[in-house]
This record gives sequence, C-alpha cells and structure tokens, in this order.
Amino acid sequence: MDFELSKEHQMLQKLYREVAENEIEPIAAEIDEEERFPSETIPKLAKIGMMGIPWSKEVGGAGSDHVAYAMAIEEIAKKCVTTSTIVAAHTSLCTYPILHFGTEEQIKKYVPDLASGKKLGAFGLTEPEAGTDSAAQQTEAVLDGDHYVLNGTKCFITNASEADVFMVVAMTDKSKGNHGISTFIVEKGMPGFSVGPHEKKMGIRGSATSDLIFEDCIVPKENMLYKEGKGFKVAMNTLDGARVGVAAQAVGVAEGAIDETVKYVKERVQFGRRLSQFQNTQFELADMQARTDAGRLLVLRAAAAKDNNDPMLGYYSAMAKMYCGKNASDVTRRCLQLFGGYGYIRDFPIERMMRDAKITEIYEGTSEVQKIVVSRAMGVK
Amino acid sequence: MKILVCVKQVPDTSGVVAVNPDGTLDRASMETIINPDDLNAVEAALQIKDETGCKVVVVTMGPPPAEGMLRELEAMGADEAYLISDRVFGGSDTYATSQIIAAALHKIGIEDDDVVMCGRQAIDGDTAQVGPQIAEKLNLPQITYVGDIHKEGNKITCKRMLEDGYMTIEVQTPCLLTCIKELNEPRYMSVGRIMDAYSMPLTVLDNEALKDEPLIDPTTIGLKGSPTNILTSFTPPQKGAGTMLEGNGAETCQKLAGIMADKHII
Repeated sequence: MDFELSKEHQMLQKLYREVAENEIEPIAAEIDEEERFPSETIPKLAKIGMMGIPWSKEVGGAGSDHVAYAMAIEEIAKKCVTTSTIVAAHTSLCTYPILHFGTEEQIKKYVPDLASGKKLGAFGLTEPEAGTDSAAQQTEAVLDGDHYVLNGTKCFITNASEADVFMVVAMTDKSKGNHGISTFIVEKGMPGFSVGPHEKKMGIRGSATSDLIFEDCIVPKENMLYKEGKGFKVAMNTLDGARVGVAAQAVGVAEGAIDETVKYVKERVQFGRRLSQFQNTQFELADMQARTDAGRLLVLRAAAAKDNNDPMLGYYSAMAKMYCGKNASDVTRRCLQLFGGYGYIRDFPIERMMRDAKITEIYEGTSEVQKIVVSRAMGVK
Repeated sequence: MKILVCVKQVPDTSGVVAVNPDGTLDRASMETIINPDDLNAVEAALQIKDETGCKVVVVTMGPPPAEGMLRELEAMGADEAYLISDRVFGGSDTYATSQIIAAALHKIGIEDDDVVMCGRQAIDGDTAQVGPQIAEKLNLPQITYVGDIHKEGNKITCKRMLEDGYMTIEVQTPCLLTCIKELNEPRYMSVGRIMDAYSMPLTVLDNEALKDEPLIDPTTIGLKGSPTNILTSFTPPQKGAGTMLEGNGAETCQKLAGIMADKHII
C-alpha cells in the first residue's frame, strides 16, 4: 500500500493550488456577495485543461484521471465552493453520461466542446415533486415523428442559465415507473426550452441555479441518450460517480476553513496569549484535521474506484459524501466558533464557508440517501 | 529554429531563509522555486513558439532534484530539457557556471537562427552576470533587460528597458537576451501537459559529457576553480517595532528628545 501521490499528481496539486490562489480566491467573496456567476474564471480553467480533467485527449479532455479530478475539486473548494460546483456539475453530471452512454455520433458532437471547456454542461433530474424520490418524475417526453416533445419543469439546476448542453431526465412511459424514464441531451436554444430566474440561496451564491422549463420543447429523436426506459439507470450511475466530486468539495471547504483558522488563532491574542496557545484551540483543530484527513482518504478511495471501474464505486462514493458532507458542516461551524465574533462578520471568509458547506449534505443525494446506499450495500435491509 | 532558455532553481526567499553554521545557505531545508525572471524568459520563448512553431529547449545547472523544475517547464510548453549536473560543478561562481552552461549550449548546438534566453538575474545571488558571461563565452551578441521582443526571420528587435527610458535594439541571430518581469505574465502549466511531462525528453549532461568541450577548463570550474568565494552569509538581525509619538509641537519634541537621550543617540 502506497499513500504517496504520483509525480504527476503532485505536480497537478501544485498547479491547482496556484490557480486557486491566483484566479479563484481573489473573487470568491465578491461573487458570493453579488450572487454573480464567475464567467471570467471558466475560460481560464478551460485553457489549463481543468474543465475536462479525467477525459481522454482523443475526446478533447486533459487525459488525466478521477483522482486528479477529485484533487482539483478539493483545491478549488478550499477557496471557493461556488467555482468547484460549476466544474463538478459540468464534468461529472453532464460530460460523463454523454461520454459513457452516448452513441459515437453523440460523443463526437458534444464531448470535445464540453471536455475542452468551450461549452458548459448541466444536468436536470430534480423536480418540485421529485427530489429524493427521483423516480416520481413529472416531466414527460412524447415521441412525435422524428422528435420528442418535452413538457415539465426541473428545479435547483446548477449552471442552468450559463450552460450550453443539458442532460435532462424525463418520463417516456409513466405506467412503467423507474423503467419508463429516459434521458435526453438538450441544447440551449432548442424551441420551447427556457430557464427560470436565479434562485437566491444560502450558500454557493455565485453558482447559477434555476429552473429548466420545457413547454412543448422539440428535441430531435437522435438526442435520446442510451436506451428508452433506461434513464433511471443512467441517472443513478452518473450520480454514483458525481458524488466523488461533492465529497471532494466537502473536504476542500473543511480544509479551507481549517487553514483560515490556523492562521487566525496564531495571530489573535486574548488574556495575553495567542488563541493557538489555549488547549481548547489545539484539541479542536487536531480533531478537525484528523476527521478531514479521514474524509480525504475516503474520497481518494472512491476516485480510484471510479478510475478502476470498481463495482464498489457506488458504496465508496456514497460513504465519502455522507461522511465528508457532515464533516464539512461540523468543521466550518467549529472553525467559526474559534473565530468568535469576527467569524460572524462577512469580512472574513469563514461564515461564507459555513454557508457553502451545508449544500454538500443536500445536493446529488442528501446524506440520508447516502446512508440508504451504504446500509443496503452492507446487506442491512 | 530553436530557443534555448537557461533557468535556475532558487530558494523561495518568501519563506524562511536558512543559513548553515559555516555561513553558507542551507539550501536543503529551504523550499525551491523557479527563478521568477527565468519564467518570463520561458514565457517569451513559448510565445515565439506559439507564433512560429519553433522548438523550446530549457537548460539548467543544478543538483538532480532540479529535474522536477525542468518537468514543470515541459508541462508549461517546453519541448526538451537538459540538466547539467555533476559534483565537480558544485560550488561554481558565476564565472565557472557560465563557462559550464556555455559549454553545454555549445554541445547541444546553436544554429544560425537560434536564440538563447535567460532571466535578468536570480533572486538568490542577484548578480545578473551569468547571462552576459554565457554570451561572451559563446561570442554571441547580447541584449540585457529585454522588455519587448519581435522576431522576423533572423532579425530580432528588442526594447532594452533602462531606469529612465528604453533603447530599441536590432540584433541578428544567434544572440542572447536577458529578460525582465515586465516582459510578460508566465502561463500556467496545463493538466494535459503535466500528464506527458515525465515522458518528455530530458538529458543529463555530467562532467563526463562536457569535459572535452573546448570551453571547459577543469581548473576554473566548481568550488575550487571559482575565482570568487563566499566568506560568510547571515540573516540580518530583525529591527524592533517602532514607536509612534502622537501630536506635534514642543511637548512631543521634548518627549522624542528624551527617548533619544535615553538611548544615548543624542
């Protein structure tokens, strides 16, 4: 067993840290405050190859792997969870399913622009009445000659107003339940497709979240992804991998909060001593660091499973997301407590980190959903 | 056509500067970075590569771990790397260093349309001597403090930046340019190139490889052969925090005079 990162992964980590520090951190507070999508950052990340890290060079990706991808998401999330959300949703919720389930034509048409970051991707599964119960889809797709007609609304969709390509889940046969669900590749500008207003969120406020609205939306027949009635499988398989990214975000924001806190407690003096000299501070930080490191190991195990097509991926990624999401909320809250009053002031990044961390317990399957996945894999039914 | 860029791995002076008991720098315990001005030279070379498709070759002299830096430069866009490394070369001053690097460049081969680029100076020694000395030893025309480069065939037009203005200079290749930070903003490595960096060409040139080069004089290389030697280096003592006196007029001046008298300054 070897816990050393490869030379390439070490160099990637150095690159990610430079990019996060120089390009992402300086605007993190601003995009949160203004609820502004960081449009200027995406072309920069694309140029470096960070919008398609795990995909092969043949399809326009950077030719690396999911361990490298998870590391990138962590490093970005240390400075700005919003930006990490944009990259993660694009990479693992949109590019992945097209690459994995798409026909040769679909891959050729969509993946090179997505993997190189020329175009941005999004994924539409959740509906107002189909959250955790994602099989309760209301959006319908009816075949009409050479195209499908989509009607319905998706909600809470990451990258919605900024994306060019959307993976959309819809019912093609309501009588069949899970087996009546199919997936479609929808492009911005297709007739009958529009995006709702920006949702005002507690955290990741720079992320463009809104409804996708389908009103007699015309989608060419050849844009069905994979087979009719197999959409639930596509969605669940996609989420199994995508949870690695959310868990990596959770590790990132926890580590980012610890980094800020370590800096702060070495400077802040109370009762004539630095906060770092109090045993409470020392014990709190030691405990938080151990938990965050443990979470990172879960993320790396899941990322390696994704790279190795390990059938345990779903179990590993659910466990990583479940553990790291809770840890991110706990750590950012405890770090804020060490900051005291200053932590509650928006001039310091710690309150933003605490607000951002919460989403990792909710999206791409709540922590409770992850517990269902994990316990079922344990045979506890 | 190719561009040969000379680079140096230096201690990160923004971190802790460690000094050995004998006064020499404790390089092993310090973080290393690519000398900042050298990165500007690499970027300038890569921009010419973007335009013309020429080859960019990076060359450094240093201990074996300097390979990591060369791989990073290949991940930025360099095509080939040379690591000049041998215990015999250790401790070389600028005179000895430039002799060894010039010999290595000669061995690699400098064609009529080639350009050698260096950073203006390294942040550890701050001498700005190695670039010009390499040019002298190779009999190449040189332009220092380059802040702008235009290449047209075998002719290069540069802005040579001075304190109170600039000179526009035209030079024929092959030539040597030393670059300043105002020249450009170095690019990042890319994920795709990092994945390939460790399988890209890298050649180690040791004493055995260079000893027969006409520019090498075994009596003037390494610590023993260097005409200059460092007697001592030290971390300057930290100054104490200053004291601000509020107000103006006679009262404050009296207070100030009192403090200075206490310290026997007046």
